[in-house]
Amino acid sequence: MSVVSARQSEGDTLLGIEDVERIFGGGRKLFGGHKPAVHAVQGLTLNVRRGETLGVVGESGCGKSTLARLVVGLDLPTAGTITFDGEDLAGLAKRNRNALARKVQYVFQDPVASLNPRKTIRTILEAPLKHLSDLDARGREKRLQELLEAVNLAPEFLERYPHEFSGGQAQRIGIARALAAGPELIVLDEPVSALDVSVQAQVLNLLDALKEQYGLTYIFISHDLSVVESVSDRVAVMYFGRMAELGPAKEIFRHPLHPYTDLLMRSAPAPGRHDLVSEDAAAELPDPYNPPPGCAFAARCVRKTDLCHSVRPAPDEAQGEGGNHFAACHHPLPRA
Amino acid sequence: MTDTAHTTEVKPRRTSARPGTLALLLNNSLATGGLFVLVAICLIALAAPLLPLANPDVTAPANRLLPVFSDGHLMGTDHLGRDLLSRLIWGTRVSLAVGLSATFIAAFFGSLLGLVAGYAGGRVDTVIMRGIDMVMAFPYILLALAIVAVLGPGLLNALYAIALVNIPFFARNIRGITLGLSRREFVDAARLSGKSPAQILFIEILPNVLPVIVITMSTTVGWMILETAGLSFLGLGAQPPQADLGSMLGEGRKILFTAPHVSVIPGLMIFALVMSINLFGDGVRDVLDPRLRAGSLTRPVARTAVERGDAPVPPPSGKGVLDVRDMRTEFEIGGSVYKAVGGVDLNLAEGECLGIVGESGSGKSVTAMSIMGLVPTPPGRIAGGAAYLDGEDLFAVSDRHIRKLRGGAVAYVFQDPLSTLHPLFTVGDQLKEAIGTHQPLSSAEVKKRAIELLSLVRIPSPKERLAAYPHELSGGMRQRVCIAMALANDAKVLIADEPTTALDVTVQSQILTLMNGLRRDRNAAILFITHDFGVVSAICDRVAVMYAGRIVETGRTDEVLASPQHPYTAKLIECVPVLGEPERRLDAIEGRPPVVNNLPDGCAFADRCPRARPECRSGDIALVMSSEERGVRCLYPLNTEGTA
Repeated sequence: MSVVSARQSEGDTLLGIEDVERIFGGGRKLFGGHKPAVHAVQGLTLNVRRGETLGVVGESGCGKSTLARLVVGLDLPTAGTITFDGEDLAGLAKRNRNALARKVQYVFQDPVASLNPRKTIRTILEAPLKHLSDLDARGREKRLQELLEAVNLAPEFLERYPHEFSGGQAQRIGIARALAAGPELIVLDEPVSALDVSVQAQVLNLLDALKEQYGLTYIFISHDLSVVESVSDRVAVMYFGRMAELGPAKEIFRHPLHPYTDLLMRSAPAPGRHDLVSEDAAAELPDPYNPPPGCAFAARCVRKTDLCHSVRPAPDEAQGEGGNHFAACHHPLPRA
Repeated sequence: MTDTAHTTEVKPRRTSARPGTLALLLNNSLATGGLFVLVAICLIALAAPLLPLANPDVTAPANRLLPVFSDGHLMGTDHLGRDLLSRLIWGTRVSLAVGLSATFIAAFFGSLLGLVAGYAGGRVDTVIMRGIDMVMAFPYILLALAIVAVLGPGLLNALYAIALVNIPFFARNIRGITLGLSRREFVDAARLSGKSPAQILFIEILPNVLPVIVITMSTTVGWMILETAGLSFLGLGAQPPQADLGSMLGEGRKILFTAPHVSVIPGLMIFALVMSINLFGDGVRDVLDPRLRAGSLTRPVARTAVERGDAPVPPPSGKGVLDVRDMRTEFEIGGSVYKAVGGVDLNLAEGECLGIVGESGSGKSVTAMSIMGLVPTPPGRIAGGAAYLDGEDLFAVSDRHIRKLRGGAVAYVFQDPLSTLHPLFTVGDQLKEAIGTHQPLSSAEVKKRAIELLSLVRIPSPKERLAAYPHELSGGMRQRVCIAMALANDAKVLIADEPTTALDVTVQSQILTLMNGLRRDRNAAILFITHDFGVVSAICDRVAVMYAGRIVETGRTDEVLASPQHPYTAKLIECVPVLGEPERRLDAIEGRPPVVNNLPDGCAFADRCPRARPECRSGDIALVMSSEERGVRCLYPLNTEGTA
């Protein structure tokens, strides 16, 4: 067990991610030569404690959705292990996918696209009950009513088709489907970013209520820092497939260690804020086919030195106060 | 946690305003004509045993080659004296039966292969599709000949041959669709619901593929009938004495010049049959194809129709470069009229940035598109009001002039730069086109100007980037190119419709900073449409909040944000989490916005408003201006002590 995971594992670990890597592409071509490979997620070590909400922030292409698919078993890591309650998740996904689906569920970003347009809501919500629980027809009917009540939808909605719903209602159905199997962990992949702001608040409040009611653990993935801050206990900031910073939400947002976290925070627009920080236009993500040897953020970083370009910082290179705040940075920001 | 107890109200289900499948089909007169001919032919062919027809196979050499309209033989007889009418009807029956059966067989096996290949992917896909390629690479008539050579001539064997030859057509089509569908989120969701691959394939994916199968069938069945006729013509299909359209044609061929009617009559029948099937098939495809259906088979014209009726056109207010007065835009879909924009007043001074904020469906984008007549007609139309650019009514000027203004004096920047830029042309070509359309410059000057523009929007190494294709640039860079195109002709007004919504926050702040700098340098006015008050804060001088097609509050950005007067504005600000205030309780707005084809009397927000009183639900509530810039459309506004 690495230092990072050892230090994180105070409290009751539900999900353990240990040095996980996911490479797309690679392998050999038909006539010799190697196909280009992209490291979507690399060297990721992260523990999720029972009952917490772990926020995952990052910009597009940082690997946060790949991480989500790895956790629910829709995709398997090319290296490293993920354990759920001490049990190997990849093995479980291969051996008995349904057993995994009973423990970990997923809420999709686009609520309407995640519902089959040609099925009624009843058919959609009954599927997990049929395949993942051993309820009889009467039990399923009762559970359906409970689920709809939990997400505040009228029972009449059961006979309707997805296109008849607004985004917010469709997302409630998506949440009800995830709840149906009675999971312990729900991965929420940008659950509110496709919704209007007024509906976004409804869904966030609903998620909060459900968490208490069912004793759930959330992994909440979003690109929106203010949303993540308002829901998370701990936050992981990802950049270019790696962990940039990890720590308690309050600490991270008050005293960020990694310059990237700081940049994200100062770029986020907020009502009443006029002075957005803006980088130079040349600031671009590094080429994923040809990653830099050192810190991936160095090209954009104001604090970079030669060390940053040549040596990749360890995930716990910098440590904040309290022993549970880490950043992969050679030159962390001082506490203000 | 009580804010979630809402949206449980169920409105009675109304019949859809969109026309149904059959209505759409009957609307297409060619397809309807095809359907009628096809139904008539099918009915006659089906009724063949009941009709008083001569036996088609009985020869009567004494009556050979009687012309049309002979006594007892309406269509004459062939070289063996057989009644042509009877043979024609029985032959049509055979041809139809073979063509349809072959279509069903090909559709079944082809779709099955396509579904499995598309869903399984990898090696299974490769093996199946390479096999299909091999079948396709073989000339079909040669393949059919080979099959018939092995199995012996006969209608049934011809049917197998035709079905086999057409399997690739279905397999390729269906595989493509399946491949797309199996990457969709609802398939992942089904997997997480515990469904097995077979269940996912046949219960989740198949229903979504079915329309495509039907479309493919309707467009191939005519072709299959032709192929059947072709094989029979060659003597490989129907064997004498059995009649079939192809074999009749083949028998008539030898006496084409002495008795043309023997071959012309089955020829005409083949033509009528295949033509009617194709016309009907095209109609079916148009109706079922979702891409065509969304546009309801309409061809939008280049400019929004203006139907302002008899009401007087409001005069310009004399303020600003762009002056929009009481603009109304409506959509007529099915029987109902959607009032997307219900009387909007805006004005925009030089170098000013006005933000329009609203949720989806509030009419903010339609407002932006209406100004330059970019709302598609049908179904949209401008039903009233005026938009003045430097005192000139944009709804009254000629099409030619509006084309000159678009991309010239008024330019647009849209949300998704990837779909705004043409994927097959380099950004340089597109930028040069934007310049060249409006300015008579030599190509060297145009190129110089393009480089200037790219450096203006701070794209590094602009000269090299001219040769880049849109997909080679990042999202932020693409949006910079779009902004450069909008600025190409010294636009006075820039209309930006959610230009940063699709971008990451760090890129968003770059683009906002860029736009802010540009309007200061070039004194261009910006109409900035967004849903995000944070973005408004960063760039807009003034803001107008839209709800259900009307402006409910307007004023200087700081004032509106600090002391919102309309309850909707206040709620909209409160329900967004703010960075650095994690403890703040999010105050969700109950319910949903009204649908604009059925707006309530009085205030559109009354149903969701905690301050609503009975007076709010009747009459028209005006936008009351408390100062030159500040106004609110509310009978009982908040925070009015200071400003009133």
